[in-house]
Amino acid sequence: MPEMERIAVFGGIYNNYLALDAAIQDARQRGVDALYCLGDLGAFGPHPDRVFPLLREHAVQCIQGNYDISIGNDLSDCQCGYTDPRDNYFARLSYQYTYQHTNSANRDWMKDLPGQRRRQLGRYRVLMCHGSPRRMNEFLWESTTSTHFLEHLADAHQADVILGTHTGIKWHRQLSGDRHFVNVGVLGRPENDGRTNVWYAIVEARPEFRVEFIPLAYDHPALAAEMRSERLPDEFVETVLTGWWTTCLEVLPARERRRGKW
Amino acid sequence: MSIPLPILDAPVPSVSLAHLDDLWFQVSGTVCNLTCHHCFISCSPHNHTFGFLDVETVRRALEESVPLGVKEYYFTGGEPFLNREMVPILEWTLRYGPASILTNGTVFKDEWLERLRRAEDASLYSLEFRVSIDGFTAEDNDAVRGSGTFDRAMRGVRQLLAHGFLPIITVARTRDDADDVALVKGFARVLKAQGYDRPRLKILPTLRLGAEVDRQRGYRDEERVSPEMLEDFDQGLLICNHSRVVTDRGVYVCPILIEAADARLGATLAESLTPYPLRHHACFTCYQYGTICSNASSGRRDA
Repeated sequence: MPEMERIAVFGGIYNNYLALDAAIQDARQRGVDALYCLGDLGAFGPHPDRVFPLLREHAVQCIQGNYDISIGNDLSDCQCGYTDPRDNYFARLSYQYTYQHTNSANRDWMKDLPGQRRRQLGRYRVLMCHGSPRRMNEFLWESTTSTHFLEHLADAHQADVILGTHTGIKWHRQLSGDRHFVNVGVLGRPENDGRTNVWYAIVEARPEFRVEFIPLAYDHPALAAEMRSERLPDEFVETVLTGWWTTCLEVLPARERRRGKW
Repeated sequence: MSIPLPILDAPVPSVSLAHLDDLWFQVSGTVCNLTCHHCFISCSPHNHTFGFLDVETVRRALEESVPLGVKEYYFTGGEPFLNREMVPILEWTLRYGPASILTNGTVFKDEWLERLRRAEDASLYSLEFRVSIDGFTAEDNDAVRGSGTFDRAMRGVRQLLAHGFLPIITVARTRDDADDVALVKGFARVLKAQGYDRPRLKILPTLRLGAEVDRQRGYRDEERVSPEMLEDFDQGLLICNHSRVVTDRGVYVCPILIEAADARLGATLAESLTPYPLRHHACFTCYQYGTICSNASSGRRDA
């Protein structure tokens, strides 16, 4: 494998194949050596099976998220880790829809994805995971994760750069010894900031480490229309059209919750 | 002076500390301005079994926590805000990591909350307030927490909102017939009337220790954790798997068991990292409901 210096990393796709398509094109135009996705291919949006041809055609290298393990292994729920009854109600609707609309070949494909990937990016040892290196569905929020905890993860897992997603909100923290933790955000839904774009990250080592978060516009009215025709909850459609989360809010820590509308 | 908790005389499983994620501070000891009838460590204005932590003790523990990679810090009591150093303690903590404080919400001063607002704004981290209110009517709440405490806690909630905090209202399920859905709806209605339009709620079981033994009942003999029960069980749901608590009498395994002699694991954090055998009936509640001490809205932890 040739040495990589610049990669595009996508977080949860949540069935948003329109954003995935836009992100692949955007990343190609910006010039990257490879495309990665950190899992949670399904959830929330319409037509799960439309995601997989794009991933394969453009050689997007994926790892499993909690959703992919659940769908791939016919589990009864998404293992999202929500704790609130209302959040779990919507998580169940989303999971049932995605499960019923994912064909068996795609389920098998997800089942065989690795849980993590390690890559060399310039001089940096990169560890790609979904939630955290120690637990697939651990929520690492910017405001509730101490820097010395991240140092511990980097030490324990022998990584210079840890890339994750799962929470749905991007952030980056520099650690000692030019090490880094990056949550790359998600393509699946906007970031609870009142804007309709979604986010992904370009990570490079030329030779210095740099992360750029890319705001990505896509045809979100078309996604909303498809979600309505698939009879997905109005609350989900509202998030796509307004940029404010309406569900899955109770896992947010105070600081992240305050930034949102609900 | 309370009676030390009895130790079970039966084979019990031992739980290792996977990693010290959460460091607790028994910051006001067992001293509280209230005398709630369900308090599992019987806190009151006169219970000095455990005393206040000073800012220097907390700073030493924070420093010790850095190489251990602690993720979050929690403060409990008693009523933490009876500790006159509570505000500087939180200001210090927010330089190290996220802080959560468990309070009855009845003794806030606006100048404290102004300082804490500035401290959180200057920090990378969240400052979470968990306010205990045990019924969405004064009648239900005050029967457990004392006369007038509902109105005083609601005033505390308004003070927190005015300073830009979004408190997590922590509700103990004080009646066996309690209906969680009705509790959620009732609290949402009452809190919205206070101007809290997106109330955050956490519903907890009671622990059948301390004052709660007289209010309802103690644990039954069969309410215990056996070695078989931990087979194929996610030990991450048990607080002793990822937490310790600093008190003025040393480091204990968890905030629930500070009255158990065997729960004191050492004088320092380094000494407290040893496995802990689940020799107490209260461990059964943690087993049943998951990590009830975390900020998540139900017992289940984020896994």
